[in-house]
Amino acid sequence: MHTVTRPIVIFLCICLGMLLLFPAVGSPFYTELVTKIMILSIFTISLDLLIGFTGLVSFGHAAFFGIGAYLLAIIFNDVENINYWWSLTLTLSLTGIVALVIGWFSIRTSGVYFIMLTLAFAQMCFYFFFESPHFGGDDGIFLSNKPEIMLGTRQLIDLENEHHYYYFVLAWLAGVYLFLSMILRAPFGHVLIAIKANEQRVRALGYSTQHYKLVSFVIAGTIAGLAGFLEAAHTSYVTPAYLGWHESGMAIMMVILGGMGTLFGAVIGTFIVVLLQDILPNFTEHWKLIMGAIIIGVVLFLPNGIAGLIFSISNRFSSAKKEAGKEHD
Amino acid sequence: MTDIILSTEHLCKNFGGLKATNDISLNFERGVVHAILGPNGAGKTTLINLLSGELLPSSGRILFKGYDITSAPPEKVSRIGIGRSFQKTNILPGFSCLQNCWIGAQSCLLTSMRFFRPAKHLRNVHRRADHALQLCGLSSKRNQIAATMSYGEQRQLEIAMMLATEPELLLLDEPLAGMGTEESQQVTELLKELAKEQTLILIEHDMDAVFSLADRITVMVDGAELETGSVEQIRNSKAVQDAYLGHEEDAA
Repeated sequence: MHTVTRPIVIFLCICLGMLLLFPAVGSPFYTELVTKIMILSIFTISLDLLIGFTGLVSFGHAAFFGIGAYLLAIIFNDVENINYWWSLTLTLSLTGIVALVIGWFSIRTSGVYFIMLTLAFAQMCFYFFFESPHFGGDDGIFLSNKPEIMLGTRQLIDLENEHHYYYFVLAWLAGVYLFLSMILRAPFGHVLIAIKANEQRVRALGYSTQHYKLVSFVIAGTIAGLAGFLEAAHTSYVTPAYLGWHESGMAIMMVILGGMGTLFGAVIGTFIVVLLQDILPNFTEHWKLIMGAIIIGVVLFLPNGIAGLIFSISNRFSSAKKEAGKEHD
Repeated sequence: MTDIILSTEHLCKNFGGLKATNDISLNFERGVVHAILGPNGAGKTTLINLLSGELLPSSGRILFKGYDITSAPPEKVSRIGIGRSFQKTNILPGFSCLQNCWIGAQSCLLTSMRFFRPAKHLRNVHRRADHALQLCGLSSKRNQIAATMSYGEQRQLEIAMMLATEPELLLLDEPLAGMGTEESQQVTELLKELAKEQTLILIEHDMDAVFSLADRITVMVDGAELETGSVEQIRNSKAVQDAYLGHEEDAA
């Protein structure tokens, strides 16, 4: 269990500051790309709650991302003025219910069986959208209207304005991070982390571990739905590929690369993977080979991911500081 | 009439053709240290697993304070006041001592489905976790990571985690297993201390410890109860000597 020390807090604040300033210096293309990465980060950070904290390796997490996106597109396709908050609430509640159903079955298993079951459910969802002409089939579906983000009668954010949406998504990312940090510090989070370490013992100490796992699954699924919602509202286009196992696998990779069980690691992992995907093709057409090598390297040499590296650097910082303090005494 | 806290009625557990627990009817009195003795494979741990809800009996009933808990799962058994420790050390290795006990102590909350206030503000839980550590003599190790402690200390932590749930009845599965003389004395002292206020059901191989701790002893052989009685009765029982103590002397 990692404790977030002061150097880490400073590091996170610097990152946040850089993200805040980025639109002022970045090109529109990169502002758009970073918006996309932040949306994806909301998705991977929710997966970290399952993999890194609850010990549930879900191989079907993209299903919730896709369902969040599809729900917005389907329910509000013929509505003229879509109220953002209302559509968000409805989409998230429905995604949460789907997560409850899938989770209810899945958490009854563990290990490899849990992986297979979540994968199977996600593939079911994938083919449902892929094969229903009513929802666009394999072509996907367009949103004819974008939701309007109103606060009272004033327009809060103009979705067409790339900077507006950038800051809006950044606020969501920060909010999700703070929300998850909060529940992990609360009694609920303590139980989750203990379940990951030794579920049998936690049961023997008086906890219905199934309930805690299920609630964690629903929270993670709902947040993934939020990410899908933000993505669909951004691009106005949803495809079945959003739900594919490829997406789920990518998300697992980003979480592992960034460092499981740290929340911010998932964000770092997402940034690194997407930016590499963007930069590497400029140098060689065999960029996927290099990408693979980088991932193997990180997994081999940094078993706790990039966040693990940051933690060990920060620990060295604080212990060096302590020793310096002692010398002063 | 004596105050029976836990009783079993014709309790059986079969694993395929093996009768691991065969028609056990026992009464455990409140405030008494009741030890269960028996050679390896006698079904002692199976019995504890039945009592703690880890295993479901094939037939028979378990009553706790008159309530039927035969099919209660482990978390429910724990919540109604029966704590258990495991024969094989079963702790959260990556956590500090305090965090290990914290999980036990936190189960005093009506529910831990609480999402908002940080857990560390729960003074009551803190007090219970600290108290459990103190009882087991681990206060000075509270921030040490469990995996880095000695085997004996991990065994003590195993008991501390159970105590943090503040059980009425303690099921101890070989608390002295694999301990050195000194450690084993320490834990025996701890158990004596606990016995003053709580009811203990104790499985143990260490004869000296059993005879010094227990008020009542049940001897099991091949899944069945051979004899139950006071320490003196068991010591002098012909059947027990033949079945169990006899072997021990032969071996020696």
